[in-house]
Amino acid sequence: MTKSELIAYLAEQNPHLYQRDVERIVTTVFDEITSALCRGDRVELRGFGAFSIKQRGSRIGRNPRTGEAVQVVAKSIPYFKTGKNLRAKLNN
Amino acid sequence: MVGRTLTRSQLSEAVYQEVGLSRSECSELLESVLSKVSETLTKGESVKISTFGTFSVRSKNRRIGRNPKTGEEVPILPRRVLVFRPSQVLKNRVSRHQVINNSVDENDHP
Repeated sequence: MTKSELIAYLAEQNPHLYQRDVERIVTTVFDEITSALCRGDRVELRGFGAFSIKQRGSRIGRNPRTGEAVQVVAKSIPYFKTGKNLRAKLNN
Repeated sequence: MVGRTLTRSQLSEAVYQEVGLSRSECSELLESVLSKVSETLTKGESVKISTFGTFSVRSKNRRIGRNPKTGEEVPILPRRVLVFRPSQVLKNRVSRHQVINNSVDENDHP
């Protein structure tokens, strides 16, 4: 399922809403999670999961083609941990 | 840098600020988004949100685990796990902000 399919489904379930508004709603949800992560905040959605930031230290990487050693800078990456409820549903 | 934790209420507030609907309707719509994503994943189908990332389901085989406390061997049964792969856009946004935060930290503590 893609974002546009998700929007189409919600628009169908909510015929009183404009497709344009449904689009803004879905976009806002994921944009808001993105902004939170950029600020270093976490987003916890009980039953679904939690988004957070994990730090990766700098390390010596290697160019796989040339074998040349390169310095990889420290960075933070987005991380998602599945909620209990959803994890259980995947395995019921 | 100690971050806050956002929950459903802040997300549905953001939706409320964005569209002219009631707060309760916004929170119901947020719930519909989450439950539709969950339901799709439960069926084994992946969910791709452009510029955000992809949620997919991966099947794990049975393997022998160990209780780290007792050393006892226990079988870990075959199971399905959810994997979130952030998009390049999301990764770039998050790491760019982190670089800014780090440089601020360094200035604070030379």
